[in-house]
Amino acid sequence: MSRTSLTGSRIRERRMVLGLRQAELARIAGISAAYLNLIEHNRRRIGGKLLLDIARILDVEPAHLSEGAEMALVSSLEIAAAGREADVETQHINEFVGRFPGWARFLSELHGRGETLTQTVEVLTDRLAHDPQLSSSLHEMLSSVTSIRSTSSILARSDDIDPNWQARFQKNLFEDAVRLAESSQALVAYLDSATDMGEITLTPQEEIGAYLEAVGHHIPALENGDMETARADVAHLGQDARGLLDQFFTTYLEDVKRLPLSQFQEAAATLSYQPDLLAEMFSVSLPAVFRRLASLPFEDPTQRIGLVVADGAGAISYRKPIDGFAIPRIGAACALWPLFHALSVPSQLMQHWVSQMSRDALDIACFSYAHPKGKPALNAPRILESHMLLVPQLLLPERAGPRFDMGSTCRICPKRQCDARREPSVLAEEF
Amino acid sequence: MSKHVLIIEDEPNIVEAIRFVLSREGWRVDTHVNGANAVDAVQNAKPDLLILDVMLPNRSGFEILRDLRDDDTTRDLPIMMLTARGQSKDRELAESYGVSHFMTKPFSNAEVLSAAQTLIGA
Repeated sequence: MSRTSLTGSRIRERRMVLGLRQAELARIAGISAAYLNLIEHNRRRIGGKLLLDIARILDVEPAHLSEGAEMALVSSLEIAAAGREADVETQHINEFVGRFPGWARFLSELHGRGETLTQTVEVLTDRLAHDPQLSSSLHEMLSSVTSIRSTSSILARSDDIDPNWQARFQKNLFEDAVRLAESSQALVAYLDSATDMGEITLTPQEEIGAYLEAVGHHIPALENGDMETARADVAHLGQDARGLLDQFFTTYLEDVKRLPLSQFQEAAATLSYQPDLLAEMFSVSLPAVFRRLASLPFEDPTQRIGLVVADGAGAISYRKPIDGFAIPRIGAACALWPLFHALSVPSQLMQHWVSQMSRDALDIACFSYAHPKGKPALNAPRILESHMLLVPQLLLPERAGPRFDMGSTCRICPKRQCDARREPSVLAEEF
Repeated sequence: MSKHVLIIEDEPNIVEAIRFVLSREGWRVDTHVNGANAVDAVQNAKPDLLILDVMLPNRSGFEILRDLRDDDTTRDLPIMMLTARGQSKDRELAESYGVSHFMTKPFSNAEVLSAAQTLIGA
């Protein structure tokens, strides 16, 4: 079927906009209603004088009926259908695009995203398979582990081992243990540096996260009210990331106007970074104070103030981790976090001392606050946004509050008896 | 008559452990650490079983395997490959070159011994 058959859908759409009945248009155009029906359902071609006549009757340019973006959409769907094992009715693509343009666009976009993701997976797989440093580190570790396993097995299961052999194996065991420790450290250092370089940046959220981490969540251009410079600094990011950042920048600018940096910085230090006192002092909302505290620059990284923002479904939309409190990049966060507790008591500020169950855990003052988003409407679902501010103990040593142990995410949490556990941990023991 | 095993592996502690385990079975075990002249070492030693690492200094175990399979004197030699690279394409490559058994690290002594016994017909 010719691509021009899509013209039929446009004729039908235009006719209905004008309130013309099919039979009436057919009569004026001098054709049968049955024939017009076939044209409108893209089952008969239309062109030449008849197209000009119908365009005149419908008061549109003929080109409006015969040209358009659908051609690209049809091509895109043809590509999507090509090579599919499933039986795709390619002979009906024109009809599908004509009758269901929204679904067609959605399918085309879905195919595009699928292709992009496939390419990304291929690139990452290739990177993992061919990254020499990663390969060499893993080889080193596996060789050490193999040797340790074989040697320790001999020592553990051989009662009659010669003392000389025993001494050699003990020496080997020690050497391999040292080697394993060193290669593990090297691997962790390498993975950390790879993350710092932003080499594995995939989604818009990840792009934004990498950018915000790189600037320490503090944007000097916006502190000076310079939106254009801030935008120019992220011009290299993807379109979606830039779109999301634009919203973030707008909010940041509003926060700067209400809470100018030098004034807020001084007040925050004076009030030991307690958000409730700062909100009262500046007469602004708690989320604005949370955001502003999280954007403060600190020379000492151990003083960084963290922030997590999540929606009512628990999806994290903003993350600024700090030393001693890890925020998972993949998978759901620990359900014990006050961030989620706050969703059950909206508009109520809560404060806890929390400590994550890990070797590098620190005591963190955790302020949580959830509030409704959007305008209220009768019987409409209530949309909540929850914020959790993470303040290192050294910034407000005097504040009291209940204490809780919690994790980062179940997969790397060693806490065995936990009502919030969703899946087993890869860690064997509690610390 | 005791069986003869040649191990070509550049990790000395792994070699020592495997050597101990196989020697305890009464087998004669020789070792070689370099990939460069590994084919000559095999042809000179004429072992009943070759245990061959993939990542060796100077030459890949895959190349050594291929050369050994191209040579009439070693075409049917039982060869067990050891590797830290467990990717399926490595296994497929080794199989296409004619490996007898492919074992990924970390392995246990029992696995090595069992595979060696099977290959050597002990």
